[in-house]
Amino acid sequence: MKKISTGAKIGKKTTNVFVHILLAVLAFIWVLPILFIIMVSFKSDQGLQIRTLLPDAWLQSAKAAHPDMFANVTRGFIPTLDNYKKLFTDTTNVFNFPQMFVNTLIISIFSCIISAFFVLSVSYVMSRMRFKMRKPFMNVALILGMFPGFMSMIAVYYILKSIGLTEGAMIRVALIMVYSGGSGLGFYIAKGFFDTIPKSIDEAAYIDGATRWQVFTKVTIPLSKPIIVYTVLQSFMAPWLDFIFAKVICRANKEYYTVSVGLWNMLEKEYIYSWFNCFAAGAVVISIPIIILFMVMQKFYREGVSGAVKG
Amino acid sequence: MPKLKAEKKRKTKEFYDPYCFSNAVKKGDIFTRLSMLVMGLGNLVRGQIVKGLSFLVIEAAYIVFMIMTGGKCLVDLLHLGGQQQIEVWNEAKQVYEYTQGDNSLLMLLFGVATLFVTISFVMFWRAAVKSSYKAQCMKAAGKKPDSFIQDIKSLFDKNLHRTLLTLPTLGVLAFTILPLVFMISMAFTNYSKIDSHLTIFNWVGFENFPKVFSFNSSIGKSFWGALGWTLIWAVFATFSNYILGMILAIVINRKNTRGKGFWRTIFMLSAAVPQFVSLLLMRTMFNREGIINTLLQRYTSLSEPIPFWDNAMLARIVIIVVNIWIGIPFTMLQVTGVLQNIPADLYEAAKVDGAGPVKTFFKITLPYMLFVTGPYLITSFTGNINNFNVIFLLSGGGPVTDLSSTSGKTDLLVTWLYKLSVDQQYYNIAAVIGIMTFVVMAVVSLITYHRTGSYKNEEGFQ
Repeated sequence: MKKISTGAKIGKKTTNVFVHILLAVLAFIWVLPILFIIMVSFKSDQGLQIRTLLPDAWLQSAKAAHPDMFANVTRGFIPTLDNYKKLFTDTTNVFNFPQMFVNTLIISIFSCIISAFFVLSVSYVMSRMRFKMRKPFMNVALILGMFPGFMSMIAVYYILKSIGLTEGAMIRVALIMVYSGGSGLGFYIAKGFFDTIPKSIDEAAYIDGATRWQVFTKVTIPLSKPIIVYTVLQSFMAPWLDFIFAKVICRANKEYYTVSVGLWNMLEKEYIYSWFNCFAAGAVVISIPIIILFMVMQKFYREGVSGAVKG
Repeated sequence: MPKLKAEKKRKTKEFYDPYCFSNAVKKGDIFTRLSMLVMGLGNLVRGQIVKGLSFLVIEAAYIVFMIMTGGKCLVDLLHLGGQQQIEVWNEAKQVYEYTQGDNSLLMLLFGVATLFVTISFVMFWRAAVKSSYKAQCMKAAGKKPDSFIQDIKSLFDKNLHRTLLTLPTLGVLAFTILPLVFMISMAFTNYSKIDSHLTIFNWVGFENFPKVFSFNSSIGKSFWGALGWTLIWAVFATFSNYILGMILAIVINRKNTRGKGFWRTIFMLSAAVPQFVSLLLMRTMFNREGIINTLLQRYTSLSEPIPFWDNAMLARIVIIVVNIWIGIPFTMLQVTGVLQNIPADLYEAAKVDGAGPVKTFFKITLPYMLFVTGPYLITSFTGNINNFNVIFLLSGGGPVTDLSSTSGKTDLLVTWLYKLSVDQQYYNIAAVIGIMTFVVMAVVSLITYHRTGSYKNEEGFQ
């Protein structure tokens, strides 16, 4: 009897070690391209030569350890902050990065507030309330999600143009509207989450005399932090990631470019040679706020709402 | 069949509204019927001043709009204009002047928009008649019709759905439905670079559809090729991400896994880098001179670089693999939230009953996951059919093996649509492709959606 239990214990330990090794290998694969971008962003030489990817100091010590493996690599790069400096101070050149950064920040803050509000309201209504137009609304939402977004891109541009939102500073408003306007349709995930919150919690509140609005704001919302964070994050990221819509709406108005349009343009044939390192630096810079948001989100993924209903 | 009928009856009973429109027409008194002409009259007569006035204002605004511009827009929608821009010699100024030619595109847009305004007006009109009838009934029953303050209060309680849905619905109407209708209508015109119909075009009916479906024309061949690859891609991309992402989330979420937060953060990092950056990077990595070929040539016996992007099959495989790299962190994030939401007492009960981890997974975790993420699976499937970024940034739709065709071997319907509209300016064909993409998705997802547990039994886990 005792023997079996120690055997099971060893088996458990082996699986545990195996799982951790597997996770480590996978984590390495997932992080590798990010390391690559970070390396490039500190590179001193211009151009796309990626053979010398490691800093010179590291490479020399690696060479000392394994002379034959690194035989045909002569030297690495000298790490430098010049790419970042160029990115943030060079406002006279073709790419005014600080301006783009501010543009995108403004757009994403507004659009994430609006879309979070839209998504949460729609998904709460669809999860908790029963009314005549509910099923039709859900079906229509599903159907609309099936049309390719690019199909309406040109139409959206003409609509915005006809109400005068494609000139000057209004371009920012236009982009906010584009990113948040249709967001009410993306309610399925949040609705799925609301569906798992026990209804008995709501009913307890109704018995205490709460209105639906109070239940929504004081009971459901506080219980839904993970999904709120998820929603906010998704909509905050959209303007940083989208380049097609931003390109179509900004056209040649350089002063309203968002970061992604700017970075995209750095990879155009005429700029790629001198701007590739800056492109990497820019990618690192815009990843930082997103990473911070992800970190914040981690702590919301602990216990969820299970345990809110006792007995 | 009788079952369906019974269900329908139950449904109508569930939301039966005694103040519906047909009752209002049949049983309404003189003021209610007059409300059909003068909106809000019935409410005004019965003391609902603010409500009545708002209906009246809406009616006045609509009439003014139709007289000023709306009417002309509707007429324009029928013929889409035909007046070319022409040069006219201005004798007085001694210069050539250009007359204002018609712009069919704007006519189409404004016409469609006016249709939308009219439809929403009709809805207001019905609401006005119904509300007037309701006030009449209340009065007849000896009750006081709802005051304005009561109406507002009910908007935060019984009718909260109206309050919460208004703005999102408006947004969807303006930025999703209106543009869609506008683009769909283009499929029935000759708006295309062919025969230079770029400013002035006309309705042609269904003429564009046979062109796309025929097996002989170059467009038809591209269409069937792209359609096949789109379906294969969507199936592989969706299920590889879902299954692998779920396994990863469960492995991290195990009781004995140390540093859960650390692992999640690591995988999240790759999601934090903007997709187009990592995709462009991946493209350069898989190039002929890219880092992968360089390493392979240096450390294996490979002499020639592997043409990842020039071979249709290889390109397709690489795209699916890269997509796994892109997508898994997102699935993991998604699934983790749901995993942690599974009521802990379910597991405790299973443990007490002596269920092992495998049984727990198949009897509790998986059904629960499918229940909650069923809709997510479908949205990610449709999302993959529409996955523009991955294809456009990785292979750009290439390799193009048939030079006469407008699409490459890895072109999805959407990327092809983009090429057709932005590069080639075949807007009408592009619109047909868009409609076909929709049809494909509608068929696939409506069938599956109605079979998922969370649609049939929404309150299963509540």
